[in-house]
Amino acid sequence: MEVNMKVNLSGVELDNPIIPASGTFGFGEEFKDLYDLNILGSISFKGTTREPRFGNPTPRIAECPSGLLNSVGLQNPGIDAVINEEIPKLSKYFHKPLIANISGFSIEDYAFACEKIDKVEQVGIIEVNISCPNVKHGGMSFGTSPESAAEVTKAVKEVTTKPVYIKLSPNVTDIAAIARACEAAGADGFSLINTLLGMRIDIKKRKPVLANVVGGLSGPAVFPVALRMVYQVYKAVSVPIIGMGGISSASDVIEMMMAGASAVQIGSANLVDPFICKKIIEELPIKMQELGISSLSELKPDF
Amino acid sequence: MFEAENIRAIADKVYELKLTGDTTEIVRPGQFVNIRVIGKYLRRPISVCDWDSESLILIFKVFGEGTEILSRIKKGEKMDILSGLGNGFTVIETDKPLLVGGGVGVPPLYGLAKKLIENGLKPNVVLGFASAKDVFYKDEFESLGLKAYVATVDGTMGTKGFVTDAIKENNIECDYFYACGPNPMLKALCSELECSGQLSLEERMGCGFGACMGCSINTAKGIKRVCHDGPVFFKEDLLWK
Repeated sequence: MEVNMKVNLSGVELDNPIIPASGTFGFGEEFKDLYDLNILGSISFKGTTREPRFGNPTPRIAECPSGLLNSVGLQNPGIDAVINEEIPKLSKYFHKPLIANISGFSIEDYAFACEKIDKVEQVGIIEVNISCPNVKHGGMSFGTSPESAAEVTKAVKEVTTKPVYIKLSPNVTDIAAIARACEAAGADGFSLINTLLGMRIDIKKRKPVLANVVGGLSGPAVFPVALRMVYQVYKAVSVPIIGMGGISSASDVIEMMMAGASAVQIGSANLVDPFICKKIIEELPIKMQELGISSLSELKPDF
Repeated sequence: MFEAENIRAIADKVYELKLTGDTTEIVRPGQFVNIRVIGKYLRRPISVCDWDSESLILIFKVFGEGTEILSRIKKGEKMDILSGLGNGFTVIETDKPLLVGGGVGVPPLYGLAKKLIENGLKPNVVLGFASAKDVFYKDEFESLGLKAYVATVDGTMGTKGFVTDAIKENNIECDYFYACGPNPMLKALCSELECSGQLSLEERMGCGFGACMGCSINTAKGIKRVCHDGPVFFKEDLLWK
Protein backbone atom coordinates (compact mmCIF):
# COMPACT_ATOMS: atom_id res chain seq x y z
CA MET A 1 0.00 0.00 0.00
CA GLU A 2 1.23 3.46 -0.92
CA VAL A 3 1.11 5.84 2.00
CA ASN A 4 0.73 9.62 1.80
CA MET A 5 2.23 11.67 4.62
CA LYS A 6 1.52 15.11 3.14
CA VAL A 7 -0.59 17.49 5.18
CA ASN A 8 -1.89 20.99 4.58
CA LEU A 9 -1.96 23.88 7.04
CA SER A 10 -3.99 26.83 5.72
CA GLY A 11 -2.58 26.40 2.21
CA VAL A 12 0.97 25.63 3.37
CA GLU A 13 1.69 22.08 2.21
CA LEU A 14 4.08 20.00 4.34
CA ASP A 15 5.78 16.78 3.13
CA ASN A 16 4.95 15.25 6.49
CA PRO A 17 3.32 16.45 9.73
CA ILE A 18 6.53 16.41 11.81
CA ILE A 19 7.64 19.82 13.11
CA PRO A 20 10.18 20.38 15.90
CA ALA A 21 8.51 22.54 18.54
CA SER A 22 9.60 26.03 19.45
CA GLY A 23 12.16 26.18 22.25
CA THR A 24 13.49 22.67 21.76
CA PHE A 25 15.26 23.13 18.44
CA GLY A 26 16.79 26.64 18.63
CA PHE A 27 17.20 27.84 15.06
CA GLY A 28 18.27 24.41 13.85
CA GLU A 29 22.00 25.06 14.31
CA GLU A 30 22.52 22.28 16.88
CA PHE A 31 20.76 19.68 14.73
CA LYS A 32 21.95 20.52 11.22
CA ASP A 33 25.02 18.26 11.43
CA LEU A 34 23.03 15.34 12.88
CA TYR A 35 20.66 14.90 9.92
CA ASP A 36 19.36 16.71 6.83
CA LEU A 37 16.78 19.12 8.25
CA ASN A 38 14.91 19.10 4.92
CA ILE A 39 13.31 15.78 5.86
CA LEU A 40 11.20 17.72 8.40
CA GLY A 41 7.71 19.01 7.60
CA SER A 42 8.68 22.44 8.94
CA ILE A 43 10.51 23.97 11.91
CA SER A 44 8.95 26.15 14.60
CA PHE A 45 11.87 28.26 15.70
CA LYS A 46 12.78 29.60 19.15
CA GLY A 47 10.18 31.97 20.61
CA THR A 48 11.08 35.48 19.52
CA THR A 49 10.27 38.80 21.19
CA ARG A 50 10.60 42.46 20.21
CA GLU A 51 13.74 42.94 22.34
CA PRO A 52 16.59 40.47 23.10
CA ARG A 53 16.08 38.51 26.34
CA PHE A 54 18.28 36.50 28.70
CA GLY A 55 15.28 34.88 30.35
CA ASN A 56 15.04 33.74 33.96
CA PRO A 57 17.86 32.98 36.42
CA THR A 58 19.22 29.41 36.55
CA PRO A 59 18.56 26.65 37.51
CA ARG A 60 15.76 26.65 34.99
CA ILE A 61 15.41 22.92 34.29
CA ALA A 62 14.02 20.25 36.62
CA GLU A 63 13.55 16.53 36.08
CA CYS A 64 10.05 15.08 36.54
CA PRO A 65 8.54 11.62 36.14
CA SER A 66 8.21 11.23 32.34
CA GLY A 67 9.06 14.82 31.60
CA LEU A 68 10.71 18.03 32.70
CA LEU A 69 9.96 21.48 34.01
CA ASN A 70 11.55 24.47 32.34
CA SER A 71 11.56 28.13 33.31
CA VAL A 72 13.82 29.39 30.52
CA GLY A 73 11.66 32.49 30.08
CA LEU A 74 11.96 33.17 26.35
CA GLN A 75 15.70 33.63 25.96
CA ASN A 76 16.16 34.94 22.40
CA PRO A 77 18.22 37.50 20.47
CA GLY A 78 15.23 39.71 19.59
CA ILE A 79 13.23 40.07 16.37
CA ASP A 80 15.86 42.06 14.43
CA ALA A 81 18.68 39.59 15.10
CA VAL A 82 16.35 36.70 14.27
CA ILE A 83 15.46 38.26 10.90
CA ASN A 84 18.94 39.50 10.04
CA GLU A 85 21.09 36.69 11.43
CA GLU A 86 19.28 33.53 12.56
CA ILE A 87 16.86 33.02 9.64
CA PRO A 88 19.52 33.69 6.95
CA LYS A 89 21.78 31.10 8.68
CA LEU A 90 18.94 28.58 8.91
CA SER A 91 18.00 29.20 5.23
CA LYS A 92 21.33 27.75 4.16
CA TYR A 93 20.38 24.27 5.32
CA PHE A 94 16.59 24.38 5.53
CA HIS A 95 14.66 25.25 2.39
CA LYS A 96 11.03 24.81 3.39
CA PRO A 97 8.47 27.21 4.90
CA LEU A 98 9.19 28.04 8.54
CA ILE A 99 6.86 28.52 11.46
CA ALA A 100 7.77 31.77 13.22
CA ASN A 101 7.02 31.61 16.94
CA ILE A 102 6.39 35.11 18.32
CA SER A 103 5.86 36.21 21.92
CA GLY A 104 5.19 39.53 23.55
CA PHE A 105 4.46 41.51 26.69
CA SER A 106 1.83 43.84 25.26
CA ILE A 107 -0.54 43.87 22.29
CA GLU A 108 1.83 46.36 20.61
CA ASP A 109 4.79 43.99 21.08
CA TYR A 110 2.95 41.16 19.34
CA ALA A 111 1.83 43.38 16.47
CA PHE A 112 5.29 44.94 16.09
CA ALA A 113 7.15 41.60 15.89
CA CYS A 114 4.50 39.86 13.76
CA GLU A 115 4.40 42.70 11.24
CA LYS A 116 8.18 42.40 10.85
CA ILE A 117 8.28 38.61 10.60
CA ASP A 118 5.38 38.64 8.11
CA LYS A 119 7.75 40.21 5.55
CA VAL A 120 10.26 37.33 5.74
CA GLU A 121 9.70 35.24 2.64
CA GLN A 122 10.57 31.87 4.16
CA VAL A 123 8.04 32.24 6.94
CA GLY A 124 4.98 30.13 6.08
CA ILE A 125 3.00 30.45 9.28
CA ILE A 126 3.15 32.86 12.22
CA GLU A 127 2.65 31.06 15.52
CA VAL A 128 1.59 33.55 18.17
CA ASN A 129 2.58 32.36 21.62
CA ILE A 130 0.04 33.68 24.13
CA SER A 131 0.81 30.87 26.53
CA CYS A 132 4.37 31.09 27.91
CA PRO A 133 4.03 30.39 31.65
CA ASN A 134 7.54 31.66 32.43
CA VAL A 135 7.21 35.40 32.10
CA LYS A 136 5.61 37.70 34.65
CA HIS A 137 3.80 40.09 32.34
CA GLY A 138 2.25 39.22 29.01
CA GLY A 139 2.96 35.69 27.88
CA MET A 140 0.40 33.33 29.33
CA SER A 141 -1.79 36.10 30.75
CA PHE A 142 -2.99 36.87 27.21
CA GLY A 143 -3.93 33.25 26.68
CA THR A 144 -6.03 32.72 29.77
CA SER A 145 -9.07 34.82 28.91
CA PRO A 146 -11.11 34.69 25.66
CA GLU A 147 -11.20 38.50 25.47
CA SER A 148 -7.44 39.16 25.65
CA ALA A 149 -6.66 36.16 23.42
CA ALA A 150 -9.03 37.55 20.81
CA GLU A 151 -7.54 41.00 21.18
CA VAL A 152 -4.01 39.74 20.41
CA THR A 153 -5.33 37.71 17.49
CA LYS A 154 -7.13 40.70 16.02
CA ALA A 155 -4.11 43.00 16.42
CA VAL A 156 -1.80 40.48 14.72
CA LYS A 157 -4.24 39.74 11.90
CA GLU A 158 -4.48 43.45 11.09
CA VAL A 159 -0.76 43.74 10.35
CA THR A 160 -0.03 40.38 8.69
CA THR A 161 -0.79 38.55 5.47
CA LYS A 162 0.37 35.02 6.40
CA PRO A 163 -1.65 32.40 8.25
CA VAL A 164 -1.72 33.18 11.98
CA TYR A 165 -1.81 30.23 14.40
CA ILE A 166 -2.46 30.98 18.06
CA LYS A 167 -0.49 28.85 20.52
CA LEU A 168 -2.84 28.09 23.39
CA SER A 169 -2.19 27.54 27.07
CA PRO A 170 -3.48 24.43 28.86
CA ASN A 171 -3.58 26.38 32.14
CA VAL A 172 -7.21 27.41 31.63
CA THR A 173 -10.66 26.24 32.64
CA ASP A 174 -12.17 26.13 29.14
CA ILE A 175 -9.72 25.97 26.25
CA ALA A 176 -12.54 25.63 23.71
CA ALA A 177 -13.99 29.01 24.69
CA ILE A 178 -10.61 30.67 24.15
CA ALA A 179 -10.16 28.95 20.80
CA ARG A 180 -13.62 30.02 19.65
CA ALA A 181 -12.88 33.65 20.60
CA CYS A 182 -9.60 33.58 18.64
CA GLU A 183 -11.26 31.99 15.63
CA ALA A 184 -13.91 34.71 15.64
CA ALA A 185 -11.09 37.29 15.76
CA GLY A 186 -9.55 35.80 12.62
CA ALA A 187 -7.16 33.04 13.78
CA ASP A 188 -6.23 30.75 10.86
CA GLY A 189 -5.33 27.85 13.13
CA PHE A 190 -4.11 26.75 16.55
CA SER A 191 -1.04 25.20 18.13
CA LEU A 192 -1.57 23.38 21.39
CA ILE A 193 -0.62 22.75 24.08
CA ASN A 194 2.07 24.90 25.64
CA THR A 195 3.47 23.64 28.97
CA LEU A 196 1.48 23.01 32.14
CA LEU A 197 2.48 25.15 35.10
CA GLY A 198 4.26 23.03 37.72
CA MET A 199 6.90 23.06 40.46
CA ARG A 200 9.44 20.86 42.28
CA ILE A 201 11.14 21.22 45.67
CA ASP A 202 14.63 19.97 46.54
CA ILE A 203 13.88 18.25 49.86
CA LYS A 204 17.52 18.37 51.00
CA LYS A 205 17.84 22.11 50.44
CA ARG A 206 14.16 22.76 51.31
CA LYS A 207 14.04 25.13 48.34
CA PRO A 208 12.37 25.07 44.92
CA VAL A 209 14.53 23.38 42.26
CA LEU A 210 13.85 26.19 39.81
CA ALA A 211 15.19 29.67 40.60
CA ASN A 212 11.90 30.98 39.20
CA VAL A 213 10.05 28.67 41.67
CA VAL A 214 7.55 27.52 39.01
CA GLY A 215 7.99 26.33 35.44
CA GLY A 216 6.26 24.59 32.56
CA LEU A 217 5.82 20.81 32.49
CA SER A 218 6.37 19.01 29.19
CA GLY A 219 7.20 15.52 27.99
CA PRO A 220 5.22 12.25 27.85
CA ALA A 221 3.63 13.14 31.22
CA VAL A 222 1.41 15.74 29.51
CA PHE A 223 0.46 13.73 26.40
CA PRO A 224 -3.02 12.62 27.57
CA VAL A 225 -3.85 16.20 28.61
CA ALA A 226 -2.67 17.54 25.25
CA LEU A 227 -4.66 14.90 23.38
CA ARG A 228 -7.84 15.77 25.31
CA MET A 229 -7.40 19.49 24.65
CA VAL A 230 -6.73 19.02 20.93
CA TYR A 231 -9.92 16.97 20.75
CA GLN A 232 -11.90 19.66 22.60
CA VAL A 233 -10.60 22.44 20.36
CA TYR A 234 -11.19 20.32 17.24
CA LYS A 235 -14.84 20.00 18.26
CA ALA A 236 -15.09 23.75 18.89
CA VAL A 237 -13.49 25.28 15.77
CA SER A 238 -13.19 24.61 12.05
CA VAL A 239 -9.57 25.71 11.44
CA PRO A 240 -6.50 23.42 11.49
CA ILE A 241 -4.75 22.40 14.71
CA ILE A 242 -1.08 21.61 15.26
CA GLY A 243 -1.06 19.17 18.18
CA MET A 244 1.80 18.90 20.63
CA GLY A 245 2.60 17.80 24.16
CA GLY A 246 4.81 14.82 24.90
CA ILE A 247 4.77 13.25 21.43
CA SER A 248 7.70 10.81 21.25
CA SER A 249 6.84 8.19 18.60
CA ALA A 250 5.02 7.59 15.32
CA SER A 251 2.19 5.99 17.31
CA ASP A 252 1.84 9.19 19.36
CA VAL A 253 1.71 11.21 16.10
CA ILE A 254 -1.10 9.05 14.73
CA GLU A 255 -2.98 9.19 18.03
CA MET A 256 -2.71 12.99 18.11
CA MET A 257 -3.97 13.23 14.52
CA MET A 258 -6.85 10.90 15.38
CA ALA A 259 -7.77 13.45 18.09
CA GLY A 260 -8.07 16.16 15.45
CA ALA A 261 -4.57 17.52 14.80
CA SER A 262 -3.62 18.28 11.17
CA ALA A 263 0.11 18.28 12.02
CA VAL A 264 2.18 17.81 15.14
CA GLN A 265 5.15 19.32 16.92
CA ILE A 266 7.84 17.34 18.70
CA GLY A 267 9.24 19.16 21.73
CA SER A 268 10.90 17.65 24.79
CA ALA A 269 11.75 14.42 22.94
CA ASN A 270 14.34 16.40 20.90
CA LEU A 271 16.18 17.16 24.13
CA VAL A 272 16.69 13.56 25.19
CA ASP A 273 17.12 12.12 21.69
CA PRO A 274 18.34 14.66 19.14
CA PHE A 275 17.54 12.18 16.34
CA ILE A 276 13.90 11.67 17.39
CA CYS A 277 12.26 13.67 14.54
CA LYS A 278 14.22 11.69 11.94
CA LYS A 279 13.31 8.41 13.64
CA ILE A 280 9.61 9.32 13.76
CA ILE A 281 9.59 10.34 10.08
CA GLU A 282 11.13 6.97 9.18
CA GLU A 283 8.80 5.04 11.48
CA LEU A 284 5.61 6.79 10.36
CA PRO A 285 5.05 5.05 6.98
CA ILE A 286 5.68 1.66 8.59
CA LYS A 287 3.16 2.40 11.32
CA MET A 288 0.66 3.66 8.72
CA GLN A 289 1.02 0.42 6.73
CA GLU A 290 0.52 -1.59 9.89
CA LEU A 291 -2.68 0.30 10.75
CA GLY A 292 -3.98 0.45 7.17
CA ILE A 293 -3.78 4.26 7.00
CA SER A 294 -3.19 5.36 3.40
CA SER A 295 -3.25 9.12 3.97
CA LEU A 296 -2.47 11.01 7.16
CA SER A 297 -4.59 13.98 6.15
CA GLU A 298 -7.67 11.78 6.31
CA LEU A 299 -7.23 11.06 10.00
CA LYS A 300 -10.00 12.71 12.01
CA PRO A 301 -11.89 11.87 15.16
CA ASP A 302 -15.18 10.24 14.16
CA PHE A 303 -16.33 10.11 17.75
CA MET B 1 26.11 2.76 22.14
CA PHE B 2 28.64 2.12 24.88
CA GLU B 3 29.12 -0.92 27.07
CA ALA B 4 29.97 -0.94 30.77
CA GLU B 5 33.34 -2.62 31.23
CA ASN B 6 34.00 -2.09 34.91
CA ILE B 7 32.64 -0.09 37.83
CA ARG B 8 34.30 0.35 41.22
CA ALA B 9 33.85 2.55 44.28
CA ILE B 10 36.86 4.83 44.75
CA ALA B 11 35.63 7.00 47.64
CA ASP B 12 32.48 7.53 49.69
CA LYS B 13 29.58 7.33 47.17
CA VAL B 14 32.08 8.00 44.34
CA TYR B 15 32.35 5.55 41.45
CA GLU B 16 34.77 5.09 38.59
CA LEU B 17 33.02 3.67 35.53
CA LYS B 18 34.98 2.34 32.56
CA LEU B 19 33.09 2.09 29.27
CA THR B 20 33.97 0.78 25.84
CA GLY B 21 32.66 2.26 22.60
CA ASP B 22 33.28 4.81 19.88
CA THR B 23 35.12 7.74 21.48
CA THR B 24 36.01 9.59 18.24
CA GLU B 25 33.83 12.54 19.20
CA ILE B 26 35.89 13.25 22.32
CA VAL B 27 38.68 15.54 21.24
CA ARG B 28 39.61 17.58 24.31
CA PRO B 29 39.79 17.11 28.07
CA GLY B 30 36.94 18.87 29.86
CA GLN B 31 34.28 17.66 27.44
CA PHE B 32 31.40 15.61 28.82
CA VAL B 33 28.99 12.84 27.92
CA ASN B 34 25.23 12.75 28.49
CA ILE B 35 23.93 9.41 29.69
CA ARG B 36 20.42 8.02 29.39
CA VAL B 37 19.49 6.49 32.74
CA ILE B 38 16.69 3.92 32.68
CA GLY B 39 13.71 5.29 34.60
CA LYS B 40 14.72 8.95 34.29
CA TYR B 41 13.57 11.35 31.58
CA LEU B 42 16.54 13.66 31.20
CA ARG B 43 20.05 12.41 30.53
CA ARG B 44 22.76 12.82 33.16
CA PRO B 45 25.78 14.89 32.09
CA ILE B 46 29.12 13.59 33.41
CA SER B 47 32.57 14.92 32.55
CA VAL B 48 35.08 12.67 30.83
CA CYS B 49 37.95 11.78 33.17
CA ASP B 50 40.14 9.97 30.66
CA TRP B 51 39.76 8.30 27.29
CA ASP B 52 41.57 6.43 24.53
CA SER B 53 40.49 5.28 21.07
CA GLU B 54 38.04 2.66 22.35
CA SER B 55 37.26 3.34 25.99
CA LEU B 56 36.53 6.10 28.42
CA ILE B 57 36.50 6.61 32.16
CA LEU B 58 33.83 8.55 34.01
CA ILE B 59 33.79 9.39 37.70
CA PHE B 60 30.57 10.36 39.42
CA LYS B 61 29.20 10.77 42.91
CA VAL B 62 25.78 9.50 43.95
CA PHE B 63 23.77 12.66 44.66
CA GLY B 64 20.26 11.64 43.69
CA GLU B 65 18.16 8.93 42.09
CA GLY B 66 19.78 9.24 38.64
CA THR B 67 23.33 8.70 39.85
CA GLU B 68 22.07 6.02 42.26
CA ILE B 69 20.67 4.04 39.30
CA LEU B 70 23.91 4.62 37.42
CA SER B 71 25.97 3.29 40.32
CA ARG B 72 24.18 -0.07 40.07
CA ILE B 73 25.16 -0.63 36.44
CA LYS B 74 26.57 -4.08 35.67
CA LYS B 75 29.47 -5.11 33.48
CA GLY B 76 28.30 -5.72 29.91
CA GLU B 77 25.25 -3.44 30.14
CA LYS B 78 24.61 -1.31 27.04
CA MET B 79 24.42 2.44 27.57
CA ASP B 80 22.81 5.13 25.40
CA ILE B 81 25.31 8.00 25.54
CA LEU B 82 25.75 11.27 23.65
CA SER B 83 29.51 11.72 23.55
CA GLY B 84 31.98 14.54 23.00
CA LEU B 85 29.74 17.36 24.24
CA GLY B 86 30.99 20.82 25.19
CA ASN B 87 34.19 22.65 24.29
CA GLY B 88 36.76 21.37 26.81
CA PHE B 89 40.03 22.89 28.03
CA THR B 90 42.52 24.62 25.74
CA VAL B 91 46.14 23.83 26.53
CA ILE B 92 48.11 27.06 27.05
CA GLU B 93 51.90 26.76 27.12
CA THR B 94 53.12 28.34 30.35
CA ASP B 95 55.94 27.55 32.83
CA LYS B 96 53.93 26.97 35.99
CA PRO B 97 50.48 25.61 35.22
CA LEU B 98 48.24 24.68 38.15
CA LEU B 99 45.31 22.27 38.18
CA VAL B 100 42.69 22.82 40.89
CA GLY B 101 39.82 20.40 41.40
CA GLY B 102 37.07 20.32 43.99
CA GLY B 103 35.11 17.12 44.71
CA VAL B 104 33.55 15.70 41.55
CA GLY B 105 35.21 18.58 39.70
CA VAL B 106 38.48 16.63 39.92
CA PRO B 107 37.92 14.07 37.09
CA PRO B 108 38.27 16.25 33.96
CA LEU B 109 41.57 17.58 35.32
CA TYR B 110 43.08 14.09 35.11
CA GLY B 111 42.62 13.93 31.33
CA LEU B 112 43.89 17.50 31.15
CA ALA B 113 46.97 16.62 33.23
CA LYS B 114 47.84 13.90 30.72
CA LYS B 115 47.35 16.33 27.83
CA LEU B 116 49.58 18.94 29.49
CA ILE B 117 52.28 16.32 30.07
CA GLU B 118 52.07 15.31 26.39
CA ASN B 119 52.76 18.96 25.60
CA GLY B 120 55.87 18.91 27.82
CA LEU B 121 54.23 20.77 30.71
CA LYS B 122 54.33 19.71 34.34
CA PRO B 123 51.42 21.14 36.34
CA ASN B 124 51.06 21.17 40.11
CA VAL B 125 47.80 19.68 41.29
CA VAL B 126 45.61 20.81 44.19
CA LEU B 127 42.58 18.72 45.09
CA GLY B 128 39.90 19.78 47.55
CA PHE B 129 37.41 17.49 49.31
CA ALA B 130 35.13 17.64 52.34
CA SER B 131 36.89 14.87 54.27
CA ALA B 132 39.49 12.08 53.92
CA LYS B 133 36.76 9.55 53.04
CA ASP B 134 35.90 11.63 49.96
CA VAL B 135 39.42 11.85 48.54
CA PHE B 136 40.09 10.13 45.22
CA TYR B 137 42.67 10.15 42.40
CA LYS B 138 45.52 11.66 44.46
CA ASP B 139 47.58 8.56 43.66
CA GLU B 140 46.59 8.59 40.01
CA PHE B 141 47.85 12.17 39.60
CA GLU B 142 51.08 11.24 41.41
CA SER B 143 51.52 8.20 39.14
CA LEU B 144 51.76 10.70 36.29
CA GLY B 145 54.80 12.14 38.08
CA LEU B 146 52.96 15.20 39.39
CA LYS B 147 52.87 16.63 42.90
CA ALA B 148 49.27 16.45 44.18
CA TYR B 149 48.35 18.52 47.25
CA VAL B 150 45.14 17.81 49.11
CA ALA B 151 42.91 20.08 51.19
CA THR B 152 40.01 18.76 53.28
CA VAL B 153 37.46 20.99 54.95
CA ASP B 154 37.63 18.97 58.20
CA GLY B 155 41.40 18.60 58.11
CA THR B 156 41.37 14.78 58.02
CA MET B 157 43.85 14.80 55.13
CA GLY B 158 46.34 17.41 53.90
CA THR B 159 45.72 21.08 54.56
CA LYS B 160 42.70 21.86 56.73
CA GLY B 161 40.47 24.16 54.75
CA PHE B 162 39.91 24.88 51.08
CA VAL B 163 42.05 24.57 47.96
CA THR B 164 43.02 28.22 48.33
CA ASP B 165 44.41 27.41 51.82
CA ALA B 166 46.46 24.52 50.38
CA ILE B 167 47.88 26.82 47.69
CA LYS B 168 48.97 29.35 50.38
CA GLU B 169 50.25 26.77 52.88
CA ASN B 170 52.45 25.08 50.29
CA ASN B 171 53.55 28.30 48.60
CA ILE B 172 52.44 26.96 45.24
CA GLU B 173 53.32 29.36 42.47
CA CYS B 174 51.45 29.43 39.20
CA ASP B 175 51.33 31.49 36.03
CA TYR B 176 48.14 29.88 34.68
CA PHE B 177 45.40 27.75 36.23
CA TYR B 178 42.77 25.26 35.13
CA ALA B 179 39.93 24.56 37.57
CA CYS B 180 36.75 22.59 37.97
CA GLY B 181 34.60 22.42 41.09
CA PRO B 182 31.78 24.13 42.97
CA ASN B 183 31.12 27.79 42.14
CA PRO B 184 32.32 29.20 45.52
CA MET B 185 35.69 27.47 44.93
CA LEU B 186 35.93 28.84 41.39
CA LYS B 187 35.05 32.36 42.57
CA ALA B 188 37.66 32.19 45.35
CA LEU B 189 40.31 31.08 42.85
CA CYS B 190 39.45 33.90 40.46
CA SER B 191 39.87 36.48 43.17
CA GLU B 192 42.93 34.98 44.91
CA LEU B 193 45.01 33.90 41.94
CA GLU B 194 46.33 36.84 39.98
CA CYS B 195 47.13 34.84 36.85
CA SER B 196 44.74 33.98 34.08
CA GLY B 197 43.01 30.64 33.78
CA GLN B 198 40.20 28.45 32.55
CA LEU B 199 37.25 27.26 34.63
CA SER B 200 34.79 24.48 33.98
CA LEU B 201 31.32 25.41 35.21
CA GLU B 202 28.45 23.27 36.32
CA GLU B 203 24.83 24.14 35.61
CA ARG B 204 21.62 22.14 35.55
CA MET B 205 21.11 21.13 31.92
CA GLY B 206 18.15 20.05 29.83
CA CYS B 207 19.61 18.68 26.62
CA GLY B 208 23.39 19.09 26.98
CA PHE B 209 23.93 20.13 23.34
CA GLY B 210 22.70 23.71 23.15
CA ALA B 211 19.09 23.31 22.07
CA CYS B 212 17.00 24.15 25.13
CA MET B 213 18.81 27.21 26.57
CA GLY B 214 18.34 25.73 30.04
CA CYS B 215 21.89 26.42 31.26
CA SER B 216 22.62 29.93 29.98
CA ILE B 217 24.91 32.40 31.75
CA ASN B 218 25.84 36.01 31.11
CA THR B 219 29.51 36.50 30.19
CA ALA B 220 31.69 39.37 29.03
CA LYS B 221 31.10 38.01 25.52
CA GLY B 222 27.32 37.89 25.81
CA ILE B 223 24.94 35.10 26.71
CA LYS B 224 26.57 31.65 26.58
CA ARG B 225 25.23 28.15 27.08
CA VAL B 226 27.29 26.24 29.66
CA CYS B 227 26.68 22.94 27.82
CA HIS B 228 27.52 24.05 24.30
CA ASP B 229 29.70 27.18 24.49
CA GLY B 230 31.29 25.84 27.72
CA PRO B 231 31.52 24.15 30.13
CA VAL B 232 35.03 25.62 30.10
CA PHE B 233 35.27 29.42 30.13
CA PHE B 234 38.21 31.80 30.33
CA LYS B 235 38.51 33.65 33.65
CA GLU B 236 38.32 37.03 31.89
CA ASP B 237 34.94 36.21 30.36
CA LEU B 238 33.19 35.29 33.62
CA LEU B 239 31.19 37.98 35.36
CA TRP B 240 30.55 36.19 38.69
CA LYS B 241 27.58 38.35 39.48
